[in-house]
Amino acid sequence: MQRSGSLAPAARVFLRNWLVYRRIWYRSLFFGFLQPFMFLTAMGVGLGGLLVASRAAFGGLDYIHFLGPGLLAATAMQVATFESTYPIMNKIMWGRNYEAMLSTPLGTRHIVLGELGWIGFRLATVAAIFLVVLTIFRITATPIALLAVPVTVLTGWGFSASLIAFTATQRNDLGFSWIFRFVINPLFLFSGTFFPLTQLPAPLQVAAWATPLFHAAELIRGLILNRLDPATAPLHLLYLVVFAAVGVALADRNLARRMRA
Amino acid sequence: MPAASDALVRARSLTKRFNAFTAVDGIDFEVPAGGSFGFLGPNGAGKTSTMRMIACASPVTSGELRVIGMDPRTDAREIKARLGVVPQIDNLDQELTVRENLEMYARYFDIPAAVARQRASELLEFVQLAERAKDQVEPLSGGMKRRLTIARALINEPELVILDEPTTGLDPQARHLLWERLYQLKRRGATLIITTHYMDEAEQLCDRLVVMDKARIVAEGSPRQLIDQYSTREVLELRLPDADRGRRNGQLDGLADRIEELPDRTLLYTDDGERALDAVHARQIPVESALVRRSSLEDVFLRLTGRTLVE
Ligand SMILES: Nc1ncnc2c1ncn2[C@@H]1O[C@H](COP(=O)(O)OP(=O)(O)OP(=O)(O)O)[C@@H](O)[C@H]1O
Ligand SMILES: [Mg+2]
Repeated sequence: MQRSGSLAPAARVFLRNWLVYRRIWYRSLFFGFLQPFMFLTAMGVGLGGLLVASRAAFGGLDYIHFLGPGLLAATAMQVATFESTYPIMNKIMWGRNYEAMLSTPLGTRHIVLGELGWIGFRLATVAAIFLVVLTIFRITATPIALLAVPVTVLTGWGFSASLIAFTATQRNDLGFSWIFRFVINPLFLFSGTFFPLTQLPAPLQVAAWATPLFHAAELIRGLILNRLDPATAPLHLLYLVVFAAVGVALADRNLARRMRA
Repeated sequence: MPAASDALVRARSLTKRFNAFTAVDGIDFEVPAGGSFGFLGPNGAGKTSTMRMIACASPVTSGELRVIGMDPRTDAREIKARLGVVPQIDNLDQELTVRENLEMYARYFDIPAAVARQRASELLEFVQLAERAKDQVEPLSGGMKRRLTIARALINEPELVILDEPTTGLDPQARHLLWERLYQLKRRGATLIITTHYMDEAEQLCDRLVVMDKARIVAEGSPRQLIDQYSTREVLELRLPDADRGRRNGQLDGLADRIEELPDRTLLYTDDGERALDAVHARQIPVESALVRRSSLEDVFLRLTGRTLVE
């Protein structure tokens, strides 16, 4: 009752984002295609071509097969991060969109659900285009690869919800550069996107193993290449579900606190 | 709930604290249904804090508050469905067009899309923005943005409209256009709550008002009542030569019921300004300029607080 009662109002927050996005969707889709296409050409084909002797290190794969799916996981993190920092800050402080929404029957919970619904939609389109690119490079193995779409969305929800929770506590945008430098960039570089964690010194391996992006990369790679390890896959999935659930709870709490001064 | 009164908003010992700071200090008031009710007060008096509590945007720290017969603590959604809010700082959606701002806001109220389109068209006519319907919000003038915000606040056909400084920062022409629209709105039967620090605005628009200062209500009544109660019928404003300032002691004694010395003027409160001026001339007091005018709420405020309203 309570839950279904939240979805219709949340859908209007989603609708508002769609109204803005529909003016630029083709641009967004175009860049969504161009970015992985260029990355895979440069690093997969160009750089990967030099790594043929190291196939063993990449689990017997061509480098581009290792890189492509990992890049999708990293892209989910980046898109979620971008959409959940400055735009959310703008709606809290500068543009005051949430203040306007909250003077209607909408509540902060509807806002959180609507924004996450929107992020989910954006990530689903990003993942779908990404899969097209991966298929062009002959990286996708079977239709099971389509399951990478919901996993990408789940990954994005975890990052998005956590960052909405963080943004709701910030009074200016200084904290963002800190987050980008010390959280997002290290995760991007050291979470098994570009090279296997076994290349890292042992303590760093443990640290990387604890990060959400590692689990997302493993799961998405397994699905796209159809090499899922049935022993570890449920753990990766469980990690991502818990990450998202904790993030949503924090986002809900922090935004409610922030908006009720 | 007993039908204790037909007040749309009723506050008893209403208090708002931000940590240790008290922004609203135990105020009592009742806003009757119909007409417009003003909160007049200088910067920082606590007007916005009070409006935000009524609008369920900010929790009540202590005291009692009923809005349209309901409690903001438990019935916020229902109250907000029946309120219109024009905030002090515009929060229009900068990424949407003028018309989209109205239609999207209507959707937040769960108003069906077709009805939203219809009402948006009517309201754009009402606030004279129909030609700008397809424009982005950002390049609109301050007065247009204010009118759009008012149109937006009316989209759910509210019983009560809260306007926090609707005309601050606008030029006189834009203000008069807004006043005229608000007057129309009142005639249609809506109840308005208006905050302002312009006494002419309060006199023009408000049937009843409270004067707020330093988190408290210092007086309440209709503009006429307040002026009658706290001021004289007329005021003689004198500009005296600076050199005389120090030596004026006693010179003006007995010429008025009350005398206020401001940095740039001296105000003589009396029911007959012309006679007081004649008496000033008769005493051969040197005067740079003199003006006789009717008392205003500005004088009421000065009397109540010892300060002018707009510094
Ligand atoms: N969120 C807040 N946190 C801390 N203090 C606040 C907050 N909001 C308002 N105040 C303080 O409460 C006091 C009353 O502010 P309020 O905005 O209600 O006054 P106002 O009468 O609307 O003034 P103005 O005419 O300038 O809009 C001010 O001293 C203000 O600094
Ligand atoms: Mg204010």
